[in-house]
Amino acid sequence: MLKKVTQLLLIAVLALYCGSLLALEVPDKPVSRVSDYAGMFSSQTVVDLSQYLGSFEAQTGNQLVVVTFPSLDGEDLEDFSIRLAEKWKIGQKDKDNGVILAIFKNDRKVRIEVGYGLEAVLTDALCSRIIAQNIAPHFKQENYDAGIKEAVTAIIGILTDGKPSPAVANKSAKVFTLIIVFGIIIAILIISNLGGGSWFYLGGTGYRSGGGFGGGGFSGGGGFSGGGGSFGGGGSSGGW
Amino acid sequence: MKKILIVLVIIIGLLALFGLALAGKYNSLVKQEEAVKTAWAQVENVYQRRLDLIPNLVETVKGYAQHEKDVFIEVTTARAGVGQIKIDSGLINDPAALQSFQKAQSGLSGALSRLLAVAENYPNLKANENFLALQSQLEGTENRIAVERKRYNDVAQAYNTGIRQFPANFIAGIFGFKSKVYFESEPEAAKAPVVKF
Repeated sequence: MLKKVTQLLLIAVLALYCGSLLALEVPDKPVSRVSDYAGMFSSQTVVDLSQYLGSFEAQTGNQLVVVTFPSLDGEDLEDFSIRLAEKWKIGQKDKDNGVILAIFKNDRKVRIEVGYGLEAVLTDALCSRIIAQNIAPHFKQENYDAGIKEAVTAIIGILTDGKPSPAVANKSAKVFTLIIVFGIIIAILIISNLGGGSWFYLGGTGYRSGGGFGGGGFSGGGGFSGGGGSFGGGGSSGGW
Repeated sequence: MKKILIVLVIIIGLLALFGLALAGKYNSLVKQEEAVKTAWAQVENVYQRRLDLIPNLVETVKGYAQHEKDVFIEVTTARAGVGQIKIDSGLINDPAALQSFQKAQSGLSGALSRLLAVAENYPNLKANENFLALQSQLEGTENRIAVERKRYNDVAQAYNTGIRQFPANFIAGIFGFKSKVYFESEPEAAKAPVVKF
């Protein structure tokens, strides 16, 4: 049993290590709302789309980003896409209302990755239709600007007309606050009791190791980064 | 006399410190185990989601391909097989139970992919909006299953490592923290290379 677990762990670590050597790296964070690493769009389109997406976010809170890569470098589309989503954390933390439209030029592949909070509105079927009807026909003729504009307009249309599911109360944030408050109380108790030697009292209060409650890295509106949104693999994949 | 008192205070202090450390460990194990359970609940959700899609999908395909009885029976049987397994958080403590759960689910995966393969032969069905929508939902759900399974394995691994470390292994022993079972890699990988001579 012990040996098996160790082996499993070793394999997992090795796989991760090899993966990181060969694979396409997930960038640390997006350049902007339109990160055109593959250089597919005209600069005017990038500017227009960024503004459009920015005002959409300001109005609704929903965060939609576009990203293009030259190639998947042999990576699996869905696998890479979910890793990208996990790293960039597009969308607000308590609403998980992010969408990523990822395009891989040489592979001719597209993926729309939808955050948990928008899955009910921007369904897999709708994503699949956007790829097939708005993106593919234009991309086939190398009309990348037209295709991406249509796709973004379609996604925003769906997200504006359909009512996004109401915000889920951020339970974990509450728990973290509790832990912090608890931690402070404990710290005060420890300090005030240092001279007294009554350590047992502390042992009985249910001390919590409050380690690891770093903040969510919320985007304060200025600049650009993901807001801590989570993704669960919803959306659709396609190509042209 | 005074010396004995000092020694006593030191011993008590050390014991208390040890207790404090253990309490902290205990709580972090509780937290980790909860994370495993949450991840498992997500796994259950996405499998359920797939199960809910099936009746509609079968009905739609039937509308165009009534006489493909074999594949409908296969899907229905596989779905019933999954339905027979009691799905709860107890599964993750029991390797045999999780294995049979996984076996039933991958049986269903196989049946569903054969259903979609059959659908390929019917151009009218392939052009049907309803079918296309269901197909993309099924694909999306398969992807969700892969994502949530991986996340479950990740937190289960962190927890399993956690309960074997010192001094958490004492706590785990005393309070009965059991190691959790992993999902094994997808059967596609195992299925592919069947070479017969």
